[in-house]
Amino acid sequence: MYVAVKGGERAIEAAHEQLRLKRRGDTRERILSVAQIQQQLPYAVDRVMAEGSLYDPELAALAIKQAAGDLIEAIFLLRAYRTTLERFFDSNPVDTGKMRIERRLSAAFKDVPGGQVLGPTFDYTHRLLDFSLLDEADAPAEPAASMDCKHPDQSQAPAIDCPHVLDMLANEGLIEQPAYQQGDPGDITRQALHHPAKRSTRLQALARGDEGFLLALGYSTQRGYGRTHPFAGEIRMGQVDVSVCPEELGFDIDIGEIELTECNMINQFKGSRRQAAQFTRGYGLAFGHNERKAMSMALVDRALRGSELDESCNSPAQDEEFVLAHADNVEAVGFVSHLKLPHYVDFQSELELIRRIREQADSQPDDSVDSAA
Amino acid sequence: MSSYNFAYLDEHGKRMIRRALLKAVAIPGYQVPFAGREMPMPYGWGTGGIQLTASLIGRGDVLKVIDQGADDTTNAVSIRKFFKHVCGIQTTERTLEASLIQTRHRIPETPLRNDQILIYQVPIPEPLRFIEPRESETRTMHALEEYGVMHLKLYEDIARFGHISTAYAYPVRVNGRYIMDPSPIPKFDNPKMHRMPALQLFGAGREKRVYAIPPWTDVVSLDFEDHPFQVQQWDEHCALCGSSNSFLDEIIIDNQGNRMFVCSDSDHCQQHSAVHHP
Repeated sequence: MYVAVKGGERAIEAAHEQLRLKRRGDTRERILSVAQIQQQLPYAVDRVMAEGSLYDPELAALAIKQAAGDLIEAIFLLRAYRTTLERFFDSNPVDTGKMRIERRLSAAFKDVPGGQVLGPTFDYTHRLLDFSLLDEADAPAEPAASMDCKHPDQSQAPAIDCPHVLDMLANEGLIEQPAYQQGDPGDITRQALHHPAKRSTRLQALARGDEGFLLALGYSTQRGYGRTHPFAGEIRMGQVDVSVCPEELGFDIDIGEIELTECNMINQFKGSRRQAAQFTRGYGLAFGHNERKAMSMALVDRALRGSELDESCNSPAQDEEFVLAHADNVEAVGFVSHLKLPHYVDFQSELELIRRIREQADSQPDDSVDSAA
Repeated sequence: MSSYNFAYLDEHGKRMIRRALLKAVAIPGYQVPFAGREMPMPYGWGTGGIQLTASLIGRGDVLKVIDQGADDTTNAVSIRKFFKHVCGIQTTERTLEASLIQTRHRIPETPLRNDQILIYQVPIPEPLRFIEPRESETRTMHALEEYGVMHLKLYEDIARFGHISTAYAYPVRVNGRYIMDPSPIPKFDNPKMHRMPALQLFGAGREKRVYAIPPWTDVVSLDFEDHPFQVQQWDEHCALCGSSNSFLDEIIIDNQGNRMFVCSDSDHCQQHSAVHHP
C-alpha cells in the first residue's frame, strides 16, 4: 500500500521531540530561566506583552522560552492563553498624566515643564558590538539590586502630575482637543471588526498590531504616501496605576501598576472652510517600553484619520480596511503558514483543468493560444 | 489539559458561537460575523471549524476529522488529537459512525444523514473577495443581491479559456438568494451540497464569519445555459480500491514522473476495498 502520506501521528510526535531538542540546544549550557529572560530580555518581553495583548511579564517570558526566542510564536502562545481567561472588569481609563516617568521627551519644545528625561534608551548609543559582553562575569550582587533596579530613581517616587505637552497647546486652541468617545470602547476580541471602525476600535487593533507592519506603514507616510507632517510632541514611558470600580462597591480600587509607552504626535492641518487652522494629533500606546511601536502607531492612527479630516486618501496607510485587516501578526502568520498544509485536492483540480484547456488548445489548428508558452 | 474547559472554549464563548450559528441557519448562505476567539492552533489551520466543533460537541458525540478527504493527513490528526485531549470524546475514521465531521477541502463520498453535521474549515468566506477586496463593498453587494460581477467573471473565463476556470471553491447560490463560497472543496463535491440531509456549517476563524446550509436546502452551482456546470472526471480508476466514481489524487511515484491515482477519501477507499477485494 502507498504509505508516503500515512503515519501523520508518529511524524508529528517525532517533530515535536526534535523541536524540544532544538529549543534546549547544547545540554552542556545551563538552562535559561524564565526569570533571566524577564530580567535580561525586557524588550522582547515588552513586545510579546504588547502584541499578545496581555500584561504579564512572567508569562511573556515563559512564552519566549517555550517559543525558543521566536517572538511572534511567543505572541501567539500568549494570545491563545489570554482567550481562555475570565474577564472580571473593564478597568478605568489609565491616567498617563500621572505616570511615574522613567523617560520622557518632546521633540517639539526645547524644554517642557517636568523636564526632558532620557532614561534607559538606545538613542545616542554607538552601535558598536561590545565584545566584553562575550565573556561577562557576574558582578557581585549589590544590596539594592532588586526588581526595581530598572528604574532606581522612580520606584519610590510618588505619582506626580506631569502634564502632557499637547495639553499646553490645546489650552491655546492651537491643537485639537482629544476626541473622547462616549460609552464603552470597542473590543475586537469580543466583537468582529466592522468597517468603518470607531477610533477606539482602530486604536485597539493598532495596539495589538504587528510592530514591523506598523513601522513600515508609519515610515511610508513620512516618505509621502499619505504625508502627515509629524512632530514627536511627546513620548513618555513609565508606570501608571490601574484601577477598577466594581459595581457593588461604587468606588475605585487600585489593582496594580503597569508600564506603558505613550506617544502623542503633533501633525499639521491646514484647516478648512469650517475650521481655523489647527494642529491635529496621532496617538500611540503600548505595554512596556516600546517606543518604536508607540511612534509607528501614532503615525498610522493619524494617517487613518484622513477621511475624518477631509484629506485625500490614496495611500495604503490611510486605508482603514487595508491596515486593520492586515495588522494582526497572529492572523497573518497563520494564513501565510497554512500554505504548508496539504492542498492536494485543490491542486489536483487545477491540474485537471489546465490539462483540459491545453488539450483543447492543441487540437485547435488556428492556434489562437500558444500552448508551448 | 485539566485546567481548560470541556472543548477548550469557555461556555460564554460557546454560547456566543451557537447564537451566531442559529442566525446563520435562519439565513442560509449569509455570512454572520462572530467574535472569533484565538485558538491554540494557527489561523488558517482550521480555527473556524475548530471553534464550531468546540461549541457544538457534547460528551455523546463521535467526531471525525478529515483534511483533503483523509483522516491521516497531519493536520486532521492534530485536530482530532486536540479534541480527544480537551473533550475526552470518541473519535472515528468511519463516515457512517460520526455525528460531527470536521472537514477541510472535501465532502465525504459516503452520503451523509440528517443526524450528522458537516463542519467546513473556511479560509476566505467571501465569494466576491477576489473581485472586490473591500468588505464594506461586498456586504452591500450581498444586501442588494448585486451579483452581476460574479457572472461577468465566469463569462470572461469562458471567453478566454473556453471554460470556467474555477476548479475549486466554485461559487454556489444558496436557497435562491445568497451567493456563497463552498470553501475550497473541488467543484466535484458541489453537487453533494444540494439538498443534503445533513446540516452544513462553515467557520472562518481569521475572518470571523460563520454561515450555514440547513438540511434539504437548494444549492446551485453558478453556470450558463450554454455552458452548464460540470464536475471533474478521470479516465483512471483508484489504484487501491478500483473505485471509478470518487475524487482521485494524483501521486508521482518515481523520478520518471510516473503516476498513480488513489481515492482522496481514505474511508471511502477502505470501505470500497473491503467490499470489492475482501
